[in-house]
Amino acid sequence: MADKPKLDRQSMCDRLAMEFQDEWIVNLGVGMPTLCSNYVDPSKFIITHSENGVIGYGPIATEGNEDKHLVNAGGQFVTAGPLMSIVHHADSFGIIRGGMVDVTVMGAYEVSENGDFANWRIPSRKGGGIGGAMDLAACAKRVFIAMEHTQRDGSPRVLERCKLPITAPGVVKMLVTDLGLFEITPEGIVLREHAPDWNPEEIQELTEAKLIIPDDLREFRFRDQVLG
Amino acid sequence: MKNKVFKTFDEAMADVPDGVTIMVPGFGGVGLPRNLLAALHRQGAKGMTGISNNAGGMGDQVDVGILVEAGRMKKMICAFTAATHPSRPTPFVTMYNNDEIDAELVPQGTLAERIRAAAFGIGAFYTPTSVGTELAEGKEHREMNGRTYVLEHPLPADYALIRAWRADTFGNLQFRLTQRNFNPIMAMAAKTTVVEVEDGIVPVGELDPDKIHVPGIYVDRLVQIPEDGIRD
Repeated sequence: MADKPKLDRQSMCDRLAMEFQDEWIVNLGVGMPTLCSNYVDPSKFIITHSENGVIGYGPIATEGNEDKHLVNAGGQFVTAGPLMSIVHHADSFGIIRGGMVDVTVMGAYEVSENGDFANWRIPSRKGGGIGGAMDLAACAKRVFIAMEHTQRDGSPRVLERCKLPITAPGVVKMLVTDLGLFEITPEGIVLREHAPDWNPEEIQELTEAKLIIPDDLREFRFRDQVLG
Repeated sequence: MKNKVFKTFDEAMADVPDGVTIMVPGFGGVGLPRNLLAALHRQGAKGMTGISNNAGGMGDQVDVGILVEAGRMKKMICAFTAATHPSRPTPFVTMYNNDEIDAELVPQGTLAERIRAAAFGIGAFYTPTSVGTELAEGKEHREMNGRTYVLEHPLPADYALIRAWRADTFGNLQFRLTQRNFNPIMAMAAKTTVVEVEDGIVPVGELDPDKIHVPGIYVDRLVQIPEDGIRD
């Protein structure tokens, strides 16, 4: 089972980006989720926000087209968008704390069925890396998580309760892993879409939380299937 | 009008005593006062506390990490105290793991607001950030309008080291794009604000008053970055 093909990171991030709705203000965290900006549905008007105080930036800058003063939350050079505006850091987090951000996408170590997630500290190591994650987690309207379904040794990351110190309680609405797309509901974690070649029983076997398998479970949708 | 324009970074950093608290802006390598940090490193002040988004050592260029690595900082107040890539620990992470430096880990938005509160004369404030996590333990909680908040206190500083795009000789400042980040709030929160200017220091009256990001009343010292200075 372990050697069956899983979803790649780009497909995972594309899938989360398909959930972005018209006119949403979207904050993409550091790392894997910056890949979300690859998915552009021309029928939707999406407003980007990055914690370092830029609203309405464009795609990652191609080599030779970087502006040395314009970076996203991951420190990558991005391009200017036509509606772009700049604020300082306190105002940028005022945007976040004030509830303006419709969705934030982050990576995580663990997600639990009550919507908690952990992504800032591993107790065996001193210190932690919070960045803007706690502010975003506590204050964005929705938290979407992209992560690998299991740890390297195969032990689950989708849990009944997080084992690691949490970033925020009860905030995760949607989760994509390399095995499928999941919705976190008051009743528990619903498997919405499964990776090709993976059936619900196999996914449950690698998951600690009890998955809800709905009647309308479908196969994972890739970018090209939706955009054509 | 008092002269605020200094010829060199070394002159502008000359009076920094041991034990002060310094603010260092910058995010993603942009808007960092690299020349002032290099000058403070040469100057030799020690036992300092740093307020910064991270503890430096993030790349090949000068950042607050040079002060950390040289043992000049006794404490860092920042949003990252663990290595982003565990296989590549920064000098700070190595020293922190060996208990050679102290640190306070603060969520980035709380860090920014604590700096802003210091600048704006706010005694303390309640934020929903960190509620329900380890970081809220021991802090005063309060429920208002059905939501739980934790009490956070201002973070003032003795010196702010600032990187601006343009300035006039009074110290009115302009920043370019995401260079702005922590710069304005730190410039306003410190007792002494020292600015390195990338593009140019112009005579008063030349900057459009509607396009000034920090009024010159907050600025004490200005240094133009020379052609052979650190310009990135």
